[in-house]
Amino acid sequence: METINKNLSRRNFIRLTSLTGTALTLGFNFSASAKEPEILNAVAAENLGIELNSWISIDTNGKVTILNHRSEMGQGSFQSVPQMIAEELEVSLDNVTILFAPGNGRKYGSQVTGGSSTIRGSYKKLMNLGASAREMLIEAAAKKWNVNKSECYAENGNVIHKPSGKKFHYGELVAEASKLETPKNIALKNPKDYKIIRKPMLRQDTPSKVNGKAIFGLDFKLPGMLYAVVERSPRFQGKVIKFDDTETRKIPGVKHVVKVARDEFDNLREGVAVVATSTWAAMQGRKVLKVEWDDTAFPHHSSEQLYTKMREQVKGDFISFRTMGNTTKAFEKAAKKVEATYETPYESHSCMEPLNCVAHVTEDKCEIWGPIQGPDWIQGNIAGHLKLPPEKVHVNMTFLGGGFGRKAFTDYPYEAVMISKEIKAPVQVIWTREDDMTIGPFRPGMVYQCKGVVTDGGRIGSYETKIAGQNMGTQNPGADKSVYNDSDTEGFLEGYFNSIPHYSFGDSPLESPVPVMWWRSVYSSTNAFAFESFIDEMAVLAEKDPIDFRRQHLGERYQLLMNKLEEVTNWKARKKNEGYGVAITECFSSIVGEVVKVSKNAEGKIKIDKVWAVMDCGWYVNPDIIKAQVEGSIIMALGAATKHETTFKDGKAVERNFDSYKMPRIQDTPEIEVHIMENDEKAGGVGEPGLPPFTPALTNAIFDLTGTRVRKLPFSLEKV
Amino acid sequence: MATITLKLNNTNHTIEADPKMPLLWAIRDVVGLTGTKYGCGIAQCGACTVHLDGKPVRSCSIPVAVAANKNVTTIEGVSSDNSNPVQQAWILEQVPQCGYCQSGQIMAATALLKSNANPSDKEIDTAMQGHICRCGTYPRIRKAIKTAAQLMAKK
Repeated sequence: METINKNLSRRNFIRLTSLTGTALTLGFNFSASAKEPEILNAVAAENLGIELNSWISIDTNGKVTILNHRSEMGQGSFQSVPQMIAEELEVSLDNVTILFAPGNGRKYGSQVTGGSSTIRGSYKKLMNLGASAREMLIEAAAKKWNVNKSECYAENGNVIHKPSGKKFHYGELVAEASKLETPKNIALKNPKDYKIIRKPMLRQDTPSKVNGKAIFGLDFKLPGMLYAVVERSPRFQGKVIKFDDTETRKIPGVKHVVKVARDEFDNLREGVAVVATSTWAAMQGRKVLKVEWDDTAFPHHSSEQLYTKMREQVKGDFISFRTMGNTTKAFEKAAKKVEATYETPYESHSCMEPLNCVAHVTEDKCEIWGPIQGPDWIQGNIAGHLKLPPEKVHVNMTFLGGGFGRKAFTDYPYEAVMISKEIKAPVQVIWTREDDMTIGPFRPGMVYQCKGVVTDGGRIGSYETKIAGQNMGTQNPGADKSVYNDSDTEGFLEGYFNSIPHYSFGDSPLESPVPVMWWRSVYSSTNAFAFESFIDEMAVLAEKDPIDFRRQHLGERYQLLMNKLEEVTNWKARKKNEGYGVAITECFSSIVGEVVKVSKNAEGKIKIDKVWAVMDCGWYVNPDIIKAQVEGSIIMALGAATKHETTFKDGKAVERNFDSYKMPRIQDTPEIEVHIMENDEKAGGVGEPGLPPFTPALTNAIFDLTGTRVRKLPFSLEKV
Repeated sequence: MATITLKLNNTNHTIEADPKMPLLWAIRDVVGLTGTKYGCGIAQCGACTVHLDGKPVRSCSIPVAVAANKNVTTIEGVSSDNSNPVQQAWILEQVPQCGYCQSGQIMAATALLKSNANPSDKEIDTAMQGHICRCGTYPRIRKAIKTAAQLMAKK
């Protein structure tokens, strides 16, 4: 078991801050411990002490271990889950060992790290775990002292008897406490009493991520482990007719060549694995492998064909998801109306850590290590395929080098398991960048047709959006394709539904063999471009300020957010030669408003001067993580808006690596300023909701500056 | 296969490897140091950056034979206790999110600060433009390089 020194003790920190003053201006909050803390890496540890509940163990020396049951892919669960529990448990995070929990849905509940759900889905439960463990420790102390427990309180890993000042550390109490019944209905702390929640504490995983010690999936090694790469059908559903491995087997280090499959939405997709003593040898072996594919059973689409079809479909019939009044009649009768079509591209997730997984299957057991967003899903999936009881499938978490939705699927662990089973050895399957970028699933490309009516009073009279694109939810064999897509309104502000008299949202699903799936912020990542561009088009038609236009339809929570946006951007004082654009979207229970300011550089090209974001995620844990997530979301959106797309030709993805799938880089990054709303609303998501509003705010700003309306993504800032 | 001596973080490693094997895979799979990351294999993303005789290079695109007997420094050689000012600045500015690209980013930043003790925004952009961060930590990388410059100046 590897231990990692977190190495920024309070002592060091004070020394550093007195040198620079930097961290003081960031306002980081530190607990009083001077002990050098440790992080234990992802591998499940032994001897954690006595378990008070599934998340919390304490040993007799008082060492506290808190499990993080969710994936850490950059979004901060490794910090925020323990930060919530530690708040109620009354321990300093610096003295806590944080460990990844293994996949076990029965023990931890859902572990699928998606939909920005870690905090919003379980914060009360996690705080309760901390609070009930604290109460058990207090009760144990009161019993030992034979005093009333109301005379005792917990602080920094100790229980203290107030009248006498007597003290026990948690290690002295844990054995007794663990025998007590878990108390119910404990009142959680009032937010004003928080010691660490809502404070921008330094992340506990950072030190291991600046010295190479953090173990990602690709870094995990087992004794005797072999390395595999897999030749998969370049067209999505091809089957292996035959393969010739004569030349492959001549490459030094190549040990096995085996036919495999991976489970993609319950469809088995075939490939041929080359297994060798090093990644490089496996890659060399694959280069000379000859595979003959049968890919005659499905169409070989090009992007042109897909978009032509979607453009036709948005004009035809659609399946209605949410409707009020009659948008068709309202549009026919109206004097002031506008109609527009928007297009968004297919995208690859392209996590910096390509897909990979280590598997070791033995007679009666299967063990997996990898960058995994859904450990409990994978446990169930593999147990089903191998016909093993779930407890015989051990899914161990590592850090994830990005996830963005892609690493929630079971296909790549399944493939690794099948190879290990076949060759009877531990194996790491590595997807090359080209595999990762061309095999999918992709964010689906979409075409939106919007029709809107503006009343004489300058309000929205009617709003209609029809969506054509592949439905992520109907790719399993036998899926009912006649059902509506219940994500048609994702990204739209709930507040509009109360104030727009006629609205309609519906979709016309596109059929294609291209596999599609969640990409950070899911449907909001594309819907928002259409919704918030079109609101802007209606504001122009109404001849109203874009914030004022929105304001007249929305309730108090939105009003406060818009006030904040106006205040931080100095919105009312904006000048004629500057382009300002706004967009506000709602995603995974958080509302985010963003304003982009653009101007023209010396060569007359569009330049992004600044981005402001106001995040209303209700109750929150760590403001610095929120700011980091919004910054990152904006930059990821910038890439999908202006840099990259996946296109298809003859049934294959065209962009294979970062030379053609161009990423935003440091020189493309504008200044970003993030604000967080303070309120008593329920916790909303953090990892994704900052993404959707950026693109429409940018294109609305470009319209404001130039009068040119961008309706098709991606577009080049240099060519507007 | 050939016998090659790799001078990695001031330690000599004698390895048996295909001389054409990229330095990246020799470091990761043969020597077993995993801080240096695979990102693209075609010198486009910078995740695999190491120093070869003090200069930042893309280890995915250099055959291991070329690096033989030269000084190779990886992230593990920058410091294992985070005592290097660049690592300290990365912590103070809370740069990493997923962290996967950060080894390469830090190798580029340390090389930049060696040759330029006080880089401007533009000089930072030029030195760092070969490095992709999918999490979008670029604004904090800029800040952290300036903080590291301050830490180094005051040491």
